[in-house]
Amino acid sequence: MSATTAATPVTTDVHGDTGTALRFITCGSVDDGKSTLIGRLLVDSKTVLQDQLAGVQRGGETDLALLTDGLSAEREQGITIDVAYRYFSTAKRKFIIGDAPGHEQYTRNMVTAASAADAAVVLVDATKLAWAAEVEDGTVVKRELLPQTRRHTLLANLLRVQSIVFAVNKLDAIGDAGLAFERISTALNAFAEAAGVQVAGIVPISALKGWNVATRHADWVGYEGPSLLELLEELPVTAQDEAVPFAFPVQWVEKFSSSADTSQGRRVFWGRVASGHVEPGQRVTVLPSNQTATVAQVLSHTRQPKSVHAGHSAGIVLDREVDVSRGDWLLAPDAFEPVREITATVAWLDDEPLVAGRVYWALQGHRWVKAKVARIVDRVNITTLESEPTTQLEANSIGDVVLALQQPLAVLPFAQSRALGSLVLVDTASHKTAAAVLVQPAAAKA
Amino acid sequence: MNARTETDLLLPPMHSPAHLSNTHLDALEEETIFILREVAAAFERPTLLFSGGKDSLVLLKCAEKAFGAGRIPYPLLMIDTGHNFPEVTAYRDQRAKELGAELIVRNVEDSMKRGTVRLAHPGESRNAHQSVTLLEAIEEFRFDALIGGARRDEEKARAKERIFSHRDSFGQWQPKDQRPELWTLFNTRLASGEHFRVFPISNWTELDVWQYIEREHVGLPSIYYTHKREVVERRGLLVPVTELTPPRDGETVQVRDVRFRTVGDITTTCPVESLAADAGDVVLETLTVDVSERGATRMDDMTSEASMEKRKKDGYF
Repeated sequence: MSATTAATPVTTDVHGDTGTALRFITCGSVDDGKSTLIGRLLVDSKTVLQDQLAGVQRGGETDLALLTDGLSAEREQGITIDVAYRYFSTAKRKFIIGDAPGHEQYTRNMVTAASAADAAVVLVDATKLAWAAEVEDGTVVKRELLPQTRRHTLLANLLRVQSIVFAVNKLDAIGDAGLAFERISTALNAFAEAAGVQVAGIVPISALKGWNVATRHADWVGYEGPSLLELLEELPVTAQDEAVPFAFPVQWVEKFSSSADTSQGRRVFWGRVASGHVEPGQRVTVLPSNQTATVAQVLSHTRQPKSVHAGHSAGIVLDREVDVSRGDWLLAPDAFEPVREITATVAWLDDEPLVAGRVYWALQGHRWVKAKVARIVDRVNITTLESEPTTQLEANSIGDVVLALQQPLAVLPFAQSRALGSLVLVDTASHKTAAAVLVQPAAAKA
Repeated sequence: MNARTETDLLLPPMHSPAHLSNTHLDALEEETIFILREVAAAFERPTLLFSGGKDSLVLLKCAEKAFGAGRIPYPLLMIDTGHNFPEVTAYRDQRAKELGAELIVRNVEDSMKRGTVRLAHPGESRNAHQSVTLLEAIEEFRFDALIGGARRDEEKARAKERIFSHRDSFGQWQPKDQRPELWTLFNTRLASGEHFRVFPISNWTELDVWQYIEREHVGLPSIYYTHKREVVERRGLLVPVTELTPPRDGETVQVRDVRFRTVGDITTTCPVESLAADAGDVVLETLTVDVSERGATRMDDMTSEASMEKRKKDGYF
């Protein structure tokens, strides 16, 4: 240890943004042009280096999609299987892109990408839809969006991706592009309204030609707004869940080898503040032991801050020895009512369908508990957005279930708190991650 | 073991980053520390792959912050091809000693003696054969998690990999069947014989790494900075002239000002022309570079589009 260490704690307030980089995903159906769009963003932001560009030349043409489809199986099949993460920056900000696969079979990878995203760009392929169809008897023929467009929009919205942007692609390949864009925009808005999705923008683009991707393509299809990249530069990063009482999942317990003041606890509980903030003097209740204590010190890895806010890591020292291990939660007293049963929306990801009555592992924070599927409430029909009865949930479907928990957990609706409202289910036999679980408001219990 | 005294935790940092406001680096560091702690807590026998290269030194810096100097709760593991740059090996040993960390070294040459590694010809690169020695070390120590300094911006197959990457009992990566990774709820459940590869600096780019090295004064082996070296030009690369990589007929040996962007096995690693003398210079150079880290420096990756993917399926980290 350095000798220059008079122990003057640096008192800094650690809060605010966890970074200015925007994490966004691109999603939509197969061949809607996601990989090409990302290739275009990378090339136009001058992120692609010479050797990488040379690697995607095919017969004298540049195939932008090859910049992201990195697996040989993807090249063989010409589809994206798993999320490719890409990094680029403009003068204004840094970006992390998750290029999510469009294939229904790989929806689990799209959900993976969405769970960490601030924004989603849903691609809509204008050439796949019969936009030229004329008005009949004064009413526009009903035009359906592709199922994957709906599914990905619903999933992104369900996972609380803050900004959802539609990019209407391949309009350069359509005769009456202006009419097509107008009609597609109308259909997208109608779908979004019915699904309760807030739309951050609808941008007409040509990923292939680079129109409205990084730079505006003036006087085209009646669109006056920003290019896709200009829009992304202005989108907010995900806000932490404000106005939620303090909750802290204990990730790792560190022991002191000695303590000058033995009246205080001799351990530091490290973890990431899930909600609210923590500061010395605050009372906490431990779940599950139900003991209470007072926060004596708050630490971060470099300094002793005044307080640490949601989203940031903290070390907490309590004023006395209480029973706390990894997986336990420190909670604001009286703010949470631990429950043994939850109603939740699940995005089922495993190839093995969900079976009512079966026991899975559930992970919340750092705590593993057994969870039994007490019953399946319903399934969402992604075309009609209506709930329908079902006896099982297959891979890539969304539905509501009631889970009985072996031990009580403190939960909040996912709409209120990501950290307290999210769990994963893991198959006890295969150890595969089977579902993303989003806790519903208690009132929704049937 | 590994217990800090209470006063350790109250010490101010050696180099306060307070004058910089790079929140992006702060966020990356925090994510990395979170993952390093998760490995320490969730696994029984983790290890940190440590080559003495810049990425593993950045990882080690974050581990120092996560656990305190001298208290990193896992051993460091080096798979040694026997073809190292001496500056890097010396720095590796020095750094491990400074941190009081346990350093385990396992040699490809020992696998060759055992007969588990066979070279096609004596001059063949041993780089790809590291996988065999690595899997032997995993079996020997029954490691259940191996932390590595790989970044997603390095290579296209890496760009697809999860932070907690599941490996079967043959050490194989199954790119088509990766576990969903939702929020930061990491599914660390394993069957016997399986393990995880964990990549805490997945989301860092080469530029982020250099900015962090500059900000945190992370020490590096000297060959990362400009020095004069005998090289020959071969297929657009600057091949260092060493006993293992002698000049071929007709090649002219020149002394050039170079530095290494990445270090590894001598037989596969090339320097780039540069006068960058410190991390600040390298940051500026990285901002204007027009060839990728691997494209500029790796002889082996250019052989096939999917060579990294193939090696990872075979157990390469």
